[in-house]
Amino acid sequence: MKARLLYQDQDMDLKSPLPWNAEALVKDLELDTLFHAMARSDDFVREVTRRVVLSGAENDVETIRYRRGVLRDCLNHPGVVRDLYAVAAEAAEHEKKIFFGNTLMRYPDWVLRRSIDLSEMFLVTIKKLRKIVELHADKFSSEGWTAFFATLQEELTDEYLVRAHDHVKQLKFRSGMLLGAGLGKGNMGTRYALHIPPRTSRGKWEWLKSFVPEWLKRLLPQRPPVLGFSLHPRDESGARALRELENRGIAGVANTLAQSTDNIRGFFDKLRSELAFYVGCVNLHEQLSRKGEPICLPLPVAVDKRRLSFRGLYDVCLALSVDRRVVGNTANADEQNVVIVTGANQGGKSTFLRSVGLAQLMMQCGMFVAAESFRSSVYGGIFTHFKREEDAAMKSGKLDEEIGRMSAIVDHLTSNSMVLFNEPFASTNEREGSEIARQILLSLSDLGVKVICVTHLYELARGLHERNTGNVLFLRADRHADGTRTFRIVEGEPLETSFGEDLYESIFGAGSDQCATTDPVVHASAPKAVTLQRGGD
Amino acid sequence: MTFRSILFPNTGDCIPNEGLSAPDFFFDLNLDQIIDAITAGKTEYDLKSFFYMPLQDAEAITWRHEIMQDLDATPLLDNIKAFAQRMRAMREHLAQSGKMSCKLQKERWFLDAADIYCDVVTRLAHDLSVAEPRSRGLLAFRKYVTLYAGSDSFTSLFQRTKKLIADLSAIHYTVLMNGLRVEVRHYGGEPDYASEVTATFEIFRQGAAKEYSFNFIDSPQMNSVEERIVALVALLHPDIFSALEQYCAENKDFQDRTIVTFDREIQFYVAYLEHTARVRNAGLKFCYPRVIRASKEVRSVQGFDLALANNLIAEGGNVVCNDFHLKDGERIIVVSGPNQGGKTTFARTFGQLHYLASLGCPVPGTHAQLFLFDRLFTHFEKEENLKDLRGKLQDDLVRIHQILERATPNSIIVMNEVFMSTTLRDAVALSRKIADKIMALDLLCVWVTFIDELASLNEKTVSMVSTVVPENPALRTFKIVRRPADGLAYAMCIAEKHRLTYSMIKERIGS
Repeated sequence: MKARLLYQDQDMDLKSPLPWNAEALVKDLELDTLFHAMARSDDFVREVTRRVVLSGAENDVETIRYRRGVLRDCLNHPGVVRDLYAVAAEAAEHEKKIFFGNTLMRYPDWVLRRSIDLSEMFLVTIKKLRKIVELHADKFSSEGWTAFFATLQEELTDEYLVRAHDHVKQLKFRSGMLLGAGLGKGNMGTRYALHIPPRTSRGKWEWLKSFVPEWLKRLLPQRPPVLGFSLHPRDESGARALRELENRGIAGVANTLAQSTDNIRGFFDKLRSELAFYVGCVNLHEQLSRKGEPICLPLPVAVDKRRLSFRGLYDVCLALSVDRRVVGNTANADEQNVVIVTGANQGGKSTFLRSVGLAQLMMQCGMFVAAESFRSSVYGGIFTHFKREEDAAMKSGKLDEEIGRMSAIVDHLTSNSMVLFNEPFASTNEREGSEIARQILLSLSDLGVKVICVTHLYELARGLHERNTGNVLFLRADRHADGTRTFRIVEGEPLETSFGEDLYESIFGAGSDQCATTDPVVHASAPKAVTLQRGGD
Repeated sequence: MTFRSILFPNTGDCIPNEGLSAPDFFFDLNLDQIIDAITAGKTEYDLKSFFYMPLQDAEAITWRHEIMQDLDATPLLDNIKAFAQRMRAMREHLAQSGKMSCKLQKERWFLDAADIYCDVVTRLAHDLSVAEPRSRGLLAFRKYVTLYAGSDSFTSLFQRTKKLIADLSAIHYTVLMNGLRVEVRHYGGEPDYASEVTATFEIFRQGAAKEYSFNFIDSPQMNSVEERIVALVALLHPDIFSALEQYCAENKDFQDRTIVTFDREIQFYVAYLEHTARVRNAGLKFCYPRVIRASKEVRSVQGFDLALANNLIAEGGNVVCNDFHLKDGERIIVVSGPNQGGKTTFARTFGQLHYLASLGCPVPGTHAQLFLFDRLFTHFEKEENLKDLRGKLQDDLVRIHQILERATPNSIIVMNEVFMSTTLRDAVALSRKIADKIMALDLLCVWVTFIDELASLNEKTVSMVSTVVPENPALRTFKIVRRPADGLAYAMCIAEKHRLTYSMIKERIGS
C-alpha cells in the first residue's frame, strides 16, 4: 500500500541528495520567501516543499501532468487535504509516545509489547483515515487520488481490520505460547518457530477408550504422548530461563510485528510527506488568491522543442512580500534559444529573470505558476548564474569567482538545460566581459541550451544583435520618456545606455520621490538601489 | 598399513622430543624471528621443534623437497589447509564436549566431532587420490589413507555417525508454555504463525524493512529449563537417544594415530609455504637448493635475508638481493666496507640459506648450491656481560676458542666484527691467527670485519664489500659485491656520519 501522490510508480525519497546547485537556486531566486509562504508555520511542510521544488528538474512531463491532476483536486478540496494531512501527522506522533530506549529494544518481549501497543494505535488512526476516504472519495477525480482512495478501500476492509486486530490480540499469548523446535548444536533447541496453541479438546472422546480392550488399544492410533513439568513458583532462575526461551520463541514474530509497525509508520510518513507538498500548494494558493493575483496550471511540453512562452508572468516571491499587485510580463521565446534582456537600471530586469526561473521550477515540480498562462519545455537542469556580492572568504578575485561558478555549471550541464544569467562577467571591463560572455552564450546556444541573460554589456548585446539569425530574442526593460520605470519587459533591441543617470538622479536629485510614489506598482528592486548602482554603470 | 611420518623418511629416525630448544646461532642469524613468523598462529602444532632439527642426510632433504614441491604445485596445499581447519574444528568440538555438564549435550558434541572426523578422512582420501602427488612421502601416505578409509572399522564408524546425525536432525517437537507449566510433544504440523502475521501486514510494506536484532545469552550450556525440555524430548525418542549413548561409549578413541600425527607434521610444510608465499607475493624468489657435502663450492643468486625481507615487506620497503659464490679452494668470504651498508645482513643471509637448506626447505634466491654442514657456528658481537669478570676481548677469544674446539672440516662459521675492543694493531694480529686456524680446518666462513688486510690473506679468502652510490657516498645500495677492499669509501662515510667532511665542517663552522 503506497500513497503515490507525487509519482505514479515511485516513492518519494526524502534522503536523496538535492541538486548540487540547490543553494544557488534558493539564493538567486529568493526561494525562501516561497517556502515560507507555503509552509506557513509548519516546518515539515517547509522541508518537504523545499525538497520537491528544488528537485523539480528531475521530473519528466508525465510526472508533472500527474501532479497537476492531483493538485487540481487539492485546490478544489483544501479541507479534505488538510484533514488527511492531520491524520498522517497524528500517526507520526504515535511512536514518540512509546519509546523504550535502545537497551530494551534488544529484548524480543519488549519489542513485541511495544509493537502491539503501536499497532493498536495505528489501527485507530487507520480507521480515521478510512472514514475520511468513505466520506470524500467520490469528489476526487484525478488519477493519483482515485488510485490512492481505491487502494485504501480495497486493502483496508472491515474484514482486514478485524484480522489485524485478532493478530494483535493473539500475540498477547493469553492461552500460552506454542513453539516448534529441532535439535541443534549440542542438542540444544534450535529453529524455534511460533505456532498457535491448539484449543484444548482433551477428554472429549477419552471416556470411550475405557470400553476398548487392551489388545485393540495397541492397534488403534495412539494419542501422542504429552510430557511436561511445572516450575516451582519461587524458582526464580527457572523463571528467567523460561523467559529466555520465550524470548527466543517470539524473536521472529517480534521482528515481524515491529517491522510491520515500521511499515505502517513508513506508509503514514510517506503519506504525510506527499500531502505536505500539496498542503504547501494549498497554502500558497490561498495567499495569492486573497491578493487577487492570477495563477494558472502550466503546460509542460517535451524538452526537444525548447519552448518558453507566457502571459502575465510575475515574480511570486515579490507578490508575497508586498501588499499591492505586481506587474506581469508577456513574451514568447518558443523559437529562440537565447533571450537577452537589456535596458534601464531598476527597470525590473532581475525581477523578470527571477519570475521566469520561479515559474520554470514551480512548473517542473508540478505546481501552479504565477502567471495568466505559462507554457514551457521540461528542462533536465535549471541553473542560475547571478551576480554575487564580494566573495566572503576573499579567496579569489571577483572574476575568478564568477568564472569558477560558471565552470561548475558547465560540469553539470547537458544540452537539455536552462541557464539564467544575471549580469554575468560585469566584474571585468566591458570588452573582456563581453568576449567571455559571448563565447559562453554562443556555445550554449549552439548546444541547444535555453539561455536567458540579463546584461548591461552593451558590446555583447549589440554583437549578438548584429549577427542575429533569429535565434536570439531581445527584450528590454521599458522606461517612460521622463525616466520613470514601468517595470515592464518588452521586446526591443539593446540600447547603448542603461539609463544609469536616471538612477543617479533618483538618488541624488529631484526625481527620486517621484519614482517611488507615483508608480502604481511596487517593485522589489527599489530597496536595493545602492547595491545596484555599483554594478550598473 | 605402515606409515609413520611425513617429515622423516626413515622410520628409524627419532621423532623429536618436545623439549628441544633453539640452537645457539638462532638469535645471531635472526632465525628466531623467521621461525616465529613461520609458526605464528600455529602454536597448537608445536612446530618449532621441527625447525630446530637440521638434517644430516642429503637424501632426507630431497625427500622433503619432493613433498614441498607437491604441495607447492598442486591444489594439495589448499586441500591440506582445509583438512587442518576441519581437524581443528573437530578438536574444538571434543573440547566442548568435555566442558559440558549435561550428558545429552556432551554426547551430541562428541557425535558432531566424530562426524567432522569422518568427513575429514573421506575428504582427504578423495583429495589425495585426485591430486596425483609425486613425492614418495605423500604417495606412501595416500596409500595409507586409502586403506584406512576403506577399512571396516572406519566405514562402520562412518555409517553409525551419519545415521545418528540424521535421526537427531529429523526430530521436531513442540513446547507449550503456559504460565509456569511447560509441555513437550511431537510436532503435529501446526502452521508457522510468524509468516501469517507477516502476510497480514504485508500490504504496508514500504521497501526493505530494518531488521531487529536481539540479545540472547549465547552460552553453549543449556539453562535449566532447556535441559529439562531436552530430557523430555529424549523421552519422546528413546531409541535414538539410547543409540547415541551406546555410540559414545563404543567410539571413545575414534581418531587414528597416524592421521593425527600427519595433521601435525604436514603443518611444517604448510607453515613454511604460507610464509614464503607472502614474501613471494612481494616479487621475491625462492628456489630448491642443491645441498651437497662432496664440494664446498657454494653459490647463491639473488639471495636475501628472510627475516629482514619479512619486516620490509610489512613496511612496504624494498628488499635488496645479493649473490655469492666460492670456487675451487676459496673458503672465506671477508666482508668489509661502509657501515650500515648491509654487511651483517649479508652474513646472516649466508647462514640462513645454509640452515634453511638443511631443513629441506626452499631458500631465498633464484638459484642455490649449498653445503650440507654438520655444525653451524656464529660469533656476533655481544653486550658486555657484567656478571662475567672477563673483559670483552677475553670474551671474544674464549668464544672463538670454544667454536674452533668443536668445529670439524664440515662446519660453517659466520663471524661478525670481532676484536672491536682492542687496538687495530692487536686486532689485525689476533685476526690473522684465527684466520690461520680456520684455514687449517678448511672451514667455510663468512667474516664481517673492518680489517682490510684479512680480505687478501691468500687464495682461500674472497673479498666482498658493501657499496655506495658513487655520486653520493652517503647513499647505500645495500649491494655486497666481489671486489678488493679499498677502505676509502668507508672512511668517507664515517666522516660523513659524524658530519666531518670538508663542506660539512665549513658549514658547521660557518653557522
